[in-house]
Amino acid sequence: MQVNGQSHVVELTDEYTPLLWVIRDMLGLKGTKFGCGKAACGACTLHVDGEAVRSCSYPVKFAEGKEITTIEGLGDATNPHPVQQAWIEEIVPQCGYCQPGFMMATAALLDKIPNPTDEEIDDNIINVCRCGTYYRMRKAIHLAAEKQSALKTTNEPTNS
Amino acid sequence: MKTKSYILILFLLMAGFVLASMYTPSESDYVSVPPSKKNSETPSDVAFHKMMDVLTHPRCVNCHPNDHVPKQGIEGDPHDFGMSRGENNLGFEATKCTTCHQTENNPYSGVPGAPHWSLAPHSMQWQGLDRFEIAASMMDTERNGGRTPEDILHHLTEDKLVLWAFHPGVDAKGEPREVPPVSKEDYIKAVEAWFENGHVIPSN
Repeated sequence: MQVNGQSHVVELTDEYTPLLWVIRDMLGLKGTKFGCGKAACGACTLHVDGEAVRSCSYPVKFAEGKEITTIEGLGDATNPHPVQQAWIEEIVPQCGYCQPGFMMATAALLDKIPNPTDEEIDDNIINVCRCGTYYRMRKAIHLAAEKQSALKTTNEPTNS
Repeated sequence: MKTKSYILILFLLMAGFVLASMYTPSESDYVSVPPSKKNSETPSDVAFHKMMDVLTHPRCVNCHPNDHVPKQGIEGDPHDFGMSRGENNLGFEATKCTTCHQTENNPYSGVPGAPHWSLAPHSMQWQGLDRFEIAASMMDTERNGGRTPEDILHHLTEDKLVLWAFHPGVDAKGEPREVPPVSKEDYIKAVEAWFENGHVIPSN
């Protein structure tokens, strides 16, 4: 499978091993977190072929041949993704544990709905944050949407 | 005089004993009335009811809600986290059914799974209907997505999502989910029998 653009071959005895553990323990990518283990909190959210997936409930056997994107692959300090940039500007994280999951869910949302309404945010961003940063996240999501569409506009070829 | 009455009493007692010992309990002459059978339940009706015993079970009805919210558990509680049908029965745009539900039951997270996990379209709502109404809905081309009886037969006996009901996996606590009251084999036989006999919905 491809993880953040790199090819990996992984061998396991249990093909039902959640992708989360392969990502964290075998590939050393610690950004994706374990929260509940039953797909109820979203801390483990990453992308599989561009779709948001809760990796604690995703057997690694289904990842074969797919492209996985984790928070590390979304962007980094030198080149942050608009979502990460917005998260920094709005000072969203408190303890930080849930944030990668939220950012991955948000990135998936903005792919599908570039300018989501508050209702669409309510429906799609249903992860859990125990520090209560939701109000800052909402601002950050709107800001990220702006940033992303601004990027798209600058990247579009001009017709002159 | 007293002696005579003693003798008389003794005689009566002896007569009583003799008579009592002659009495042997015998089977009643009454013939027990058999419990009233439903007025001529045909094999087709029997098959119908067996099939509907499955289709009215929460494992089936939970994904045929009468609103836009999938149901879960034996109680048919609304799906956690405010999940809803979405535009195309697959959940919301970014948080879809397949964000958590994969093509197989997950033994570690307790999340159930089967191929093409989704809600049945709203026209196929079964929640709140009785078994006769469900059957009518199922055979009605206006509501069943334009399926012929042949299509429905295949759907009921071959669709992996339908047959998931018999292998519903374990929940987050590791406890097996309840299966319908009929075995998969008996259910399939009942469905085939009902269709073979002209898929007649009995009058209730």
